[in-house]
Order: sequence, then C-alpha cells, then structure tokens
Amino acid sequence: MNSSRHPDFRILAGLGALAFITLLIGGAFAGLIAEGAGNLSGAYAAFDSYLLRVARFTLWQAMVSTVLSVVPALFVARALSRHPQFPGRGLILHLFAVPLALPAIVVALGVLALYGRAGYFAGIMSAVSGDEWPGIYGLSGILVAHVFFNLPLATRLFLETLNTIPADQWRLASQLGMGARSAFRLIEWPALRAGLPGTAGLVFMLCITSFTIVLTLGGGPRATTLEVAIYQSLRFDFDPARAVVLTLLQIMLTMAVISVLMRLGADTAGDTGLSVAPRRFGAAGIGETMLNGALILTALLFVAGPMLATIIAGLDADLARLAGEASVQKAALTSIVLALLSASLSVVLATALVMARRVFAMRRGNGRKTLAEQATDTGAGFVLVIPPIVVGAGWFMALRHFTDVLAMAPAMVVTVNAVMAMPFAIRAIRPAYDAASERYERLCAQLGLTGWNRIRLLDWPVLCRPLSTAFAFAMALSLGDLGVIALFGSDSVQTLPYLLLARMGSYRTADAAGLALVLGLLCLALILLAGRLGKETPR
Amino acid sequence: MNQPRQPGSAVELRDVSFDYEETRMRFDLRIEAGAITTIMGPSGSGKSTLLNLIAGFETPQSGRVLIGTEDMTDMPPSARPVSMVFQENNLFAHLTVAQNVGLGRSPALRLSESDRLAVTEALTRTGLAGKEGRLPRELSGGERQRVALARALVRNRPVLLLDEPFASLGPALREDMVDLVAALHAEHGMTVVFVTHQPEDARRIAGNMVFLDNGTIAATGNTAEFFGKDGPPAFRNYIGLEANAAPTRDVARKRT
Repeated sequence: MNSSRHPDFRILAGLGALAFITLLIGGAFAGLIAEGAGNLSGAYAAFDSYLLRVARFTLWQAMVSTVLSVVPALFVARALSRHPQFPGRGLILHLFAVPLALPAIVVALGVLALYGRAGYFAGIMSAVSGDEWPGIYGLSGILVAHVFFNLPLATRLFLETLNTIPADQWRLASQLGMGARSAFRLIEWPALRAGLPGTAGLVFMLCITSFTIVLTLGGGPRATTLEVAIYQSLRFDFDPARAVVLTLLQIMLTMAVISVLMRLGADTAGDTGLSVAPRRFGAAGIGETMLNGALILTALLFVAGPMLATIIAGLDADLARLAGEASVQKAALTSIVLALLSASLSVVLATALVMARRVFAMRRGNGRKTLAEQATDTGAGFVLVIPPIVVGAGWFMALRHFTDVLAMAPAMVVTVNAVMAMPFAIRAIRPAYDAASERYERLCAQLGLTGWNRIRLLDWPVLCRPLSTAFAFAMALSLGDLGVIALFGSDSVQTLPYLLLARMGSYRTADAAGLALVLGLLCLALILLAGRLGKETPR
Repeated sequence: MNQPRQPGSAVELRDVSFDYEETRMRFDLRIEAGAITTIMGPSGSGKSTLLNLIAGFETPQSGRVLIGTEDMTDMPPSARPVSMVFQENNLFAHLTVAQNVGLGRSPALRLSESDRLAVTEALTRTGLAGKEGRLPRELSGGERQRVALARALVRNRPVLLLDEPFASLGPALREDMVDLVAALHAEHGMTVVFVTHQPEDARRIAGNMVFLDNGTIAATGNTAEFFGKDGPPAFRNYIGLEANAAPTRDVARKRT
C-alpha cells in the first residue's frame, strides 16, 4: 500500500515514543558524561584495585552461575523429556515457570529463610557439621539464588529444544535399537548443542546485570558486582566520579555480551511460553529411570525449597499487624500507583512503536528498511542492554545539580520501569496489531477511519487482550523492581521492595518475610493473569 | 432511498504508469459515467491494481487519475467519490452488521436519525432485514458481501468498484449477487467497475468490457460484442472460445 503523501498520526505517535525513550536514555548518558568530564582526575583515580576486583568478581560470579545453572539444566531437561509420563510432570514445569515471575528480593529472602544463619536449614547443618552454620552469604548465596532463577529457565528452554526433535527420529532410533547413551550422543546432544550458546548467553546476561540478589546476599565488599558498586558509590560514599567509571564499565561489559549473544542468535527478551508435548518412544531402562527420577527430584527440591521457605516464613510473620502499619500501607499504595502508571506508560509506548513500525513497513513495500523503521523494530529491544541502575545512576548525577534528587523518585521509577518492560509489551501487542492491520488497512483508508475513531472502533476491541497481557506483565515487573528505587528511594517515597530492603537492613526478618510473601503472590498472580490473557485467542 | 440520487461519474486514467516488482503497468483508459464496466484478464494482468489506483490505495508513479472532472491523483482514499467492495475482509469482525454499514455514514459511528433510517433501508434493499444485530461470523459468505454492498449504498458515492467480490461464492449465489448489483445500478445510476474471473458474470451484467493483458489494456468495447464471433482474439483465447486455443497463460500468481 502506498499512501506516503498523506500524513498518518501513527508515525507521529511512534516518533514521539522514540523521542521519549531517547531522552530517557540519552539524558542518563549526558549526566554520566558531564559528571565524568567535570571531574577527570577523580575518574582516573577511580581506576584502582577495588574497581578491578569488582569487575573481576562480576564476571566470575556470572560465569560460575551460568555453568551451575546450564549444565544441570541439560540433564534435567533430558530427564524430563525421556519421561513424558513422569508423575506430576506438568506441575513441575509450571513450578519451573514461577521463579521468572518472582521479584529478586522475594527470592533473596526465600533463600535466606532456608539457608541463612537462622534459616530452616541451619539446625540440620549445625548438627551435621558440629559447628554453628554460618549461613550462606557472599558468593555461595549469590550462586544459589542465581541458580534458583536460571536452572528452571534453562531447563524449560532446553526442553523446548528437545521437543523440536521430529518424532520420526525417535521412531528410527527405537527401530535401530539405539540405547540411551547413543540416543543422547546422536539425537539429543546435537539439538541441545544448537540451543546451548543462546541459553547460556541469556543466563550469563541475566547474572551479569543482577543487582538485587548481589545487594541482599552479597554481604560486603568481597562479593560486590559493578551494579551494586554503582549504587554504593552514589548512595553511601557519594563518589560520582567512581560511579561514572563503574557505569561505563558496566555498559561496555553488557554491550560485549549482547554483541556475542546477537551473533549466536539468542533471543534476549527471553521466552515464557512452552508447549508441553508429551511424546512416547522407547522406554528408559530401570537404571536410567532411577537416575532420571533422582535428578528431577533434586531439581524440584532445589527450586521448591526457597518458595516453600518464603511461604512458611511469610505465614509465620504477624501479617495482621503488618497490614495495619501505616508505613506498610503507604508503601503498598505507592507501589501499586507507581506500577499502574509505569504499566500504562509502557503499554502506550509499545503500542505507538508497533503502530509506527507497521506504517513504515507498509509504505516501504518490498524496499529496504529505513532507519526509522529499524528504530521502531529491533531498536526498541536494545533498551534491554542498558540496565535500569545505569539509567538511574545517569539521571541521579544529572538531576542533583538542579533539584532534590530523591523527590524525583516517582518519575524515575515510573519511566525507567516502563521502558524496561516495553520490549515485552511490544512482543505481546505486535502480532495482533499487524494481523488486524493486514485485514483492515484498506477498509480503514476507504472509510476514513483514522486517529481516535480507529483506536475506538478497531484497535481497542482487537488489542484489548494483548494490551491486558502486556499491562499485567509490565505491572508485575515494576511492582517487584528494586533497582531505580534503591537509588532514589527515601523515607518519603517507599515502595514495597524498598520497605522490604529496609526491614532486612534493620534485622526485622519476620516483617521482611511477611512482606515478601505478599509481594511474591501479587507478582505471581499478575504473571499468571498475563499468561492466561495471552493464551486464549479471542473468538 | 430518501436521498438525492448521485449520478455516476466518469473515471479516467491518463498515461498512468505503475511498477510493482518486475511487473510494469501502463493504463490509459476512460470509463463511461453511469455505466457498468466489467474488467477481465488473466491473473497478474493488473485488474486489482487498476481498481487500487482508482480507489487511491496505490499512487501512480506518473500520470493522472480523474474522477468526474477532478484530479484525484493525490487524494487519500477516503476523500475520493468511490466505494470499493473487496474479495474478503469487507467487515470488521467485532462490529455488528448495522455498525459496519453505519461506518459508511460516519467513521466515528455517530449516526443521526436519518443515517439510521438509511442504514435500515439499505439493509432491507440488500435482503438483510432483521440481521442488523448479527456479527459477521454469524452470516454466510454471500450475506457478508451483501452487507458490504449495503454500506456502499449508504455511502452514496458516484463510483462503485467491485474487486472480485463474489469469487468465493457458488454459481447460483453468484448469479443472485450479480443480479442484485445490476438492480442497484438501475436504481442509483452510479458508475460500476466490476472485476471478475467469470465470463458468465460479465455476460449476465452486460454493459462495457475492458480486457487487460500483461499490465496494459488489450481491448475495450461492448460486452455482447466481446462474446460474439467478432470479439477480440486475445479475449476469445482467454475464455477458451477460440477453436485452436493456445495453452492458458493464467499461470502467474495473483498479487493480493
């Protein structure tokens, strides 16, 4: 369709969204550069052994986390695919989807409630070792939490890969009498190996930008990553020059990882959908069945443990008193209002970009993509490269010259979280919008159905469900986030995760556990809702 | 119909050129005001492109498109005095029959009393009385195209373009629909441009004929003469009337 001579408000909307995102991220970079240029000697001085140690630890923990998540996941996924009739298999797979939905701070508390100094495990461990159980802080805590997040994720991704193996190959394998070992070597491993770099890269990326886990479980300068060091240099030491250097280092690191990932063809937005397709083929022998059963059970216990600990510790807390506390009520209200605003903004930005991309694509026909189309298309996904802490840090440094930084907390939380959730929102909205446009574009042009009329009569009815999916997802993401609010939070502006962190810091563990349970359930409910809305096709 | 009869306008394509991928199209054509003109031709010969150029869904690379006496080349589709019925997707699936027709009167769907009356009349005229509240999925394929015709009626534009609207209907139903178009034309006198693959449709609706081949106008004239012994050989060849008919050239894929 060629009607490029006629203006289209959708292009304006898309350009507006692009301008907004550019301003948000560009502003952060401007803040960083101005700060660094204003204090070059300070920036040079920041290159010290501490910086080197932090950078090394960031890479080290991400690498170990990735290996510990991905390698066991290979075998758990294989075990699950070998036993399509494993009791509770569907339930296990659903359970494995939960960690992705849980806020990191909730997971951190769950891990502490189970393996911490005063955790449920401490009694057993002290009895076994004879010594007092020191609890898992530092590297071990970080690793456990990262594996809790990423082992189930990697397992699901690998299982999806294994499900793509054609049934014919399995029939052939059983006809040829292939044993488990040769089937793995000749059929499963080649498929897994193809998916391995992408999955490992995704996990590495998630671990290298992990903030909350390291902040809450790292416990001290020995186990600090770049992101946590940025936060500390701004909130505690107030050393902006160091923050600039740390931030630039973090950006370079993530860019390097992303460029490798892109080369490997990984999908950085992750995937939450999984078709559970039980497929029967040559049954596993008794020995293999026992081994696989033990493997699945171990993974299940590992994943379910912190979740159960969160629930039990949460129920142990005095929930009634907590609910009556003014500070809790205020934080809950703040969280919900900010999350609603953030989700709304995210959905509006995503829709504007989706619309503009479609118009650009239609005008282009079969020609080459223009820069503007690229920006609304793949460009939008690149915001994931920039960690929220980095954007927050940039604005923190820029804004402090003009205003009370902490007063800007609501605006920063809303905008940064909105932009971070946007790639996921685009993913939910775009297929539905493009399909509707494919069907109705000429009809709309003929009837003069444009602008607000088109939104009211066509786009809204058609996009209602995907928009709700995107909204619920963005809201969950924003509710559980402890990135920007850690930088900008104060006694006057507190969200639930921020309050949780504060209660942890003042050793009111029971309070924190109660809050974690509520926050975790809230986010889980939203994610489940998003999944349900996204799955059912309208009519 | 309680509205002034809008007489048909002539449609003229002056030296219009339009290239799409490897297909080059050149159209120089005048379509008679208030008549029915059937467009036929092999797949890929440019029938749909011709209608899209008139309706404004495509913009020519050079040349002008005139409707009546006015130059329409740079007008957006909604500003042209044209209604078009497509082969499919004429209706919004989530809107009722009455709403889909009402959109022809107001893109904001804010309808006055007289608009509502016109919608009801048009639905009665097209045999859809009593189905105002249905959704498109509750209608048959033929009924859906009747709704599209009803909307064209309430829009009351001087030119009606029909892009193979009955292609997916069975023969008996197609005859009914062609008769309905002929009757509406007799009542309203708009210019009708009818693209079809079916020689029977063309014969039934009579009027003028434009035969396209390979992106150009191969022949024009009276439909009855086209089907007579002295019809253009290329056309007779295409519909298989020529004794020593060459193998059909209808192999190119249709661009939709």
